[in-house]
Amino acid sequence: MIEVRDLKKSFRHQTVLDGVNLRIEKGESVVIIGRSGGGKSVLLKHLIALLKPDSGQVLIEGENIVPMDERQLLRVRQKFGMLFQGAALFDSMSVAENIAFPFRRDKSLSEAEVRRRVTEVLAMVELSGTEDKSPAELSGGMRKRVGLARAIVYQPQIVLYDEPTTGLDPVVSDSIDKLILRVRDRLHVTSVVVTHDMRSARRLGQRILMLSDKKIYATGTPDEIFNSEDPVVRQFVEGVSDLEEPALKLK
Amino acid sequence: MTFARRWIEEWVEGLGQLTLLARDSIASLFTFKVAWRDLVYQIYFVGVKSQSVVLITGAFTGMVLGAQTYFQFHKVKMDTAMLAVVSVSMCSELGPVLTGLMVAGRVGAAIAAELGTMKVTEQVDALRTLATHPVDYLVVPRLISLVLALPLLTAESIAIGIGAGYAVGVYLLGIEPTYLWDNMIKYTITEDVVVGMIKAFIFGGIVAIVGCYKGLFCGEGAEGVGRATTEAVVFSSITILITNFFLTLTLGKIFHTT
Repeated sequence: MIEVRDLKKSFRHQTVLDGVNLRIEKGESVVIIGRSGGGKSVLLKHLIALLKPDSGQVLIEGENIVPMDERQLLRVRQKFGMLFQGAALFDSMSVAENIAFPFRRDKSLSEAEVRRRVTEVLAMVELSGTEDKSPAELSGGMRKRVGLARAIVYQPQIVLYDEPTTGLDPVVSDSIDKLILRVRDRLHVTSVVVTHDMRSARRLGQRILMLSDKKIYATGTPDEIFNSEDPVVRQFVEGVSDLEEPALKLK
Repeated sequence: MTFARRWIEEWVEGLGQLTLLARDSIASLFTFKVAWRDLVYQIYFVGVKSQSVVLITGAFTGMVLGAQTYFQFHKVKMDTAMLAVVSVSMCSELGPVLTGLMVAGRVGAAIAAELGTMKVTEQVDALRTLATHPVDYLVVPRLISLVLALPLLTAESIAIGIGAGYAVGVYLLGIEPTYLWDNMIKYTITEDVVVGMIKAFIFGGIVAIVGCYKGLFCGEGAEGVGRATTEAVVFSSITILITNFFLTLTLGKIFHTT
């Protein structure tokens, strides 16, 4: 369903991705892990063409989206929902207006139906009754929930999560993880999660891809990745800064 | 040498992006995907909220122009031609240019700051993921509101400028009102007003496109937004002044006002 072929991307003279290849099947839940600044979010943004690669292909259901212009991409992006790292809520709008945004733009549903969908999706993210609040009144976790509600309200086929638990305390992180699982199971969407939170990665991924040295370095089920003997994978999984660390060697 | 080359490259690249944004905006006008609610709000923000600044600018420009013209014309006993000079200057030059500059400072800066903040907080990317073209949703309502509001604000500025010049002439300098008014009507032709309105229309487009461009292509963080805001005002103001010169020559030929 999603396929990336030999993707290369540089910003000025700094290469971020250098020949990334991956394939994600329909309905699959994939987690991309890697160090901060390693290009995970850049890779994720290429999947929905928010960034254009220097070379390579991104195929969505067999269709290469790289050469498409912004207006052609509107049609492809209808298949996607995306939760941003900072939630990216429109701060000039209320919670309900944020969630109803896609419907208000295409005017395909009646006002009553839009209100019903907003109420339904807010209940799903456990934020009923916050319709009239402004994003500034919400906590970080609540903002992410609203961001997720906005991403799934028009029932996309693919949901992209950019660091969904970054900056949240462990309890809120846990609730966001559970929410992502609930969305995956109820809506049967393809999920792509970018994170460096290993606990989330283990829970959310049916498959984990590790991005290292500008390429997909390792791929496997959560058990395979967490039990890997590869020193680079172990270093990341264990969270140690030095490959010579005694704790890593003991393993 | 490398610095000069990079500067030229960035300048040409910026000009290209600005041109593409203008093209996309004009193309978007014909898709009729305008967010009407936003358009009404923008017209209110650009038009109604700019009233005070435009009226004060117009009034004091008319007054000082009237007084200065009187001081010079009085030497050759042409006191009653004072308001005609104020009127023609306000209609074809000062009205549109000063209104354009004031709106560039107030609205152009606000557009760049708002869109810039939206960009650095990923709200523009969020729009794109929600299958909404940023040009349709953000640029077009601002473009339409500015090209509609600026001619109206300019007309207002011209009217208040002439009124203020008249008040200075009659009540402060003691000029005979009938001759003052009659000469103003006699020497101000419709084409002067038309030229002023065309200029205001174009200046509105410049403020909108430059403000939106600087916002949508701003650098990262608070510094990027700050720089975008400053550059939006500086670039749109300079562009208005340069464009005005060429418009004066071109429209003068077309309407035979020169």
